[in-house]
Amino acid sequence: MTFAAGDDVVVSSREHSGHHRTPGYLKGRRGTVLRVYARFRNPETRAYGGDGLPKERLYLVSFELSGRDRVLADIFEHWLEQAA
Amino acid sequence: MTRAVHDRGGWPTEAPIDRTEHDLADWEILMDALENALEARGVMNTDEMRRGIESMPPAEYESVSYYERWLFTTETILEEKGILVPGELDARVAS
Repeated sequence: MTFAAGDDVVVSSREHSGHHRTPGYLKGRRGTVLRVYARFRNPETRAYGGDGLPKERLYLVSFELSGRDRVLADIFEHWLEQAA
Repeated sequence: MTRAVHDRGGWPTEAPIDRTEHDLADWEILMDALENALEARGVMNTDEMRRGIESMPPAEYESVSYYERWLFTTETILEEKGILVPGELDARVAS
């Protein structure tokens, strides 16, 4: 599903043993979309000799981690779910 | 949830961050240039390069330096693609 700036999202915590760019410490975390960048080739297939198509949408997502600190991370759309 | 050795953000630690600057050795600069040349020529890409580093045995990953990981992945990916024969680099270095 597609998201817009301001949307609340949750990073998927599904198991994925292959190459992917979603950091473990953010899996299962709730965040807020700050920006929709564009669509890029998918590193998860490109890492194994594929062309990375279809392109996946990439988002800048903000996470409140400790109440004092905020982390901004680039997360691909297929790793994001709508927050309940 | 299992996390691979490279996926280390947020690991709990009390150890201070090592902020020591260090000069690069000549071979490290060459390693960077070689990797970029291979990517510019379309021989391998950044995602393959990262995947190769992530495939390192954890103990080896922990014990080597940044550019030694680049060397490991470049050799691994070039062998996969049949550009290098396994052992070819070692044989050339030894000769």
